[in-house]
Amino acid sequence: MTRPAEALPTQEMLINMGPQHPSTHGVLRVLLRTDGEVVVNARPDVGYLHRALEKIGERVTYAQFMPFTDRLDYLASMNCNCAYAWAVEKLAGIEVPERAEYIRVIVSELNRISSHLIAFGSFTADMGAFTPFLYSIRERERVNDLFEDLCGNRLTYNFARIGGVSADLPPGFLEKTKEFLDYFEPKIDEYNKLISYNKIFVHRLAKVAVITAEDAIAYGLTGPNLRGSGVRFDLRRDEPYSVYPKLDFDVCVGSGERGALGDCFDRYMVRINEMRESVKILRQAIAQIPEGPVAAKVPRVFKPPVGEAYFRSECPRGETGFYLISDGTGNPSRLKIRTGSFVTMNIFEKVTVGLMIADIVAVIGSFDIILPEIDR
Amino acid sequence: MEPQTVFETLKGKFGDAATELQSEGFRPAFVVVSPEKLPEIALFLRDDPAMKFDSLMCLSGVDYKDRFAVAYHLYSMTHRHAVGLKVFLPRENPSVASVDGVWPAANFMERETFDLYGIDFPGSKDLRRILLPDDWDGHPLRKDYKYPDFYHGIKV
Amino acid sequence: MSDEPARGAAAPPHAPAAPIGPEAHVMVGNADMFVNWARKSSLWYLLFATACCGIELMQTGASRYDLDRFGAVFRASPRQSDLMIVAGTITHKMAERLKRLYEQMPEPKFVISMGSCANTGGPFYKDSYCVVKGVDLLVPVDVYIPGCPPRPEALIDGILQLQKIIEKKKNFAANKA
Repeated sequence: MTRPAEALPTQEMLINMGPQHPSTHGVLRVLLRTDGEVVVNARPDVGYLHRALEKIGERVTYAQFMPFTDRLDYLASMNCNCAYAWAVEKLAGIEVPERAEYIRVIVSELNRISSHLIAFGSFTADMGAFTPFLYSIRERERVNDLFEDLCGNRLTYNFARIGGVSADLPPGFLEKTKEFLDYFEPKIDEYNKLISYNKIFVHRLAKVAVITAEDAIAYGLTGPNLRGSGVRFDLRRDEPYSVYPKLDFDVCVGSGERGALGDCFDRYMVRINEMRESVKILRQAIAQIPEGPVAAKVPRVFKPPVGEAYFRSECPRGETGFYLISDGTGNPSRLKIRTGSFVTMNIFEKVTVGLMIADIVAVIGSFDIILPEIDR
Repeated sequence: MEPQTVFETLKGKFGDAATELQSEGFRPAFVVVSPEKLPEIALFLRDDPAMKFDSLMCLSGVDYKDRFAVAYHLYSMTHRHAVGLKVFLPRENPSVASVDGVWPAANFMERETFDLYGIDFPGSKDLRRILLPDDWDGHPLRKDYKYPDFYHGIKV
Repeated sequence: MSDEPARGAAAPPHAPAAPIGPEAHVMVGNADMFVNWARKSSLWYLLFATACCGIELMQTGASRYDLDRFGAVFRASPRQSDLMIVAGTITHKMAERLKRLYEQMPEPKFVISMGSCANTGGPFYKDSYCVVKGVDLLVPVDVYIPGCPPRPEALIDGILQLQKIIEKKKNFAANKA
């Protein structure tokens, strides 16, 4: 007579989902304690890409730190550049010309689209579907072409400067961007037809890692992760900066359409819908951009007054906040970077209890973390 | 709600624990409190209906050359206002109670402050080094930190 | 693709067996040439992307710049790869794992150091306390690709340079004399 399954003693396994892994979006190490296939505890171990950006910030000048903000979130370099520039301008009280603000918004939203494209592509590749990744890279290459026209680089742009941007838009840039938007907008529906509502994809994501709105706020989630839990909060709408008050767009929140509100599928759909909203913003910004200078006059040896400032902006992975302390010299006295991905990892251990090992990959992908934001 | 009002409410409720308001040149303004009363002040700021600071935006350690500080940036999702909270700590054995029971978002940020500054957070549910290897010597973001020459045989 | 035969139609008949001679498709060469030809044309690389160069590596392997046409496909496991493209900054915490991955790869194995951070530490050379100043302090490197990040064309050029290096290798003891 066979014994019932519950009577068989089993041991917990300790599995290392190591720093080199195809699905961890970088060098993230997760220590899994599992009972068979079900995870009992998943502890993230970060720091494999800690490059001491904050210490470097104290040893270089304000202007010299700009290329390092590229490497902070390399998929959204323009957003991080502009966030740092806005933070320094808040600290020093610099007024940025309007054309420069419009250019910053245009490149930030283009970069938001290309960052969400990689998030979409790599997430579906993690789930096992490799084709959408190739589709999304095809679109992202067109954005890379636009940025290459603008500033010469495909990935780490170093485009914003304190007081404005480094160069004006080249001739034909706005027309090419409009062409790209006309080409890209129907592609979002193509992605939805291709993979978003595919039965297997939905089954893998629905009701996995449900995060309630209270938990999301308490654990410090920001950006699409927060909005996926139903909290209608977007820094561009609720703490507006730059020229966002003049632009009209919706804030996309998760709706629990295929499962529970706040599951992985909701966070994924928020990103897809945000791409549509970014297209809307871009069309308005291209229509409204005025002529004028692209940089304010900032002294060559830049020494902001003594004081402290905290500025946060909406980057594709959450809010990126810069806490700057100036002691009157040319180098920052303290440059603290608060990123969305780092604080999102707080909730990782709580939300992965009871999931299967394959769901851990879904959770990491749905949070859309990126390791240099975590490790700086 | 203005930081001035927050400061006055805290002064009224906790007396001398709320020591000063740093507002000139500080965006947002900081309310400086004493480290001993921090847990109660944090709970009050989160739960009081007029304040309702339910979201911790940022927690950072700071090294002013003569003393340390931990700066908390708080935000209220319900009332949409922000304030800063700061505690000053001595350079020898800096230690302030952990707030991760009040705002769970603080956990990783406290671990980072411990790792890079050496500030201790008693009461934290998990205080280990997070960004640097576990056997790293010293706390790098301190102003008097000297870079080591070698780590495990590799030149630093 | 309208000029493909319809599915289910008869496949075209094979060409008749060719006579011995120059048109017989017979190749003569030494064993080194064939072994190196096989090795260089199917360099399977380990997906070791740490930082920004990793995205350029992904984009090189994807739609527009296709690395697959050189026979290079990505593998997730070091046991199945013969090329490790170190793309990104290596920190001291990661250094030990990098060495372990290198040791887990079977011979013959090659290393390409992609980008400034892997070559010399990159922009973090001067002020960072926890970045390894160049991956050649840890593993032997065959090709260095400069750039921050290098363009996909530069990475493809690096792989082609590696192919040239492999072509010249002497594998058999008789040839090494």
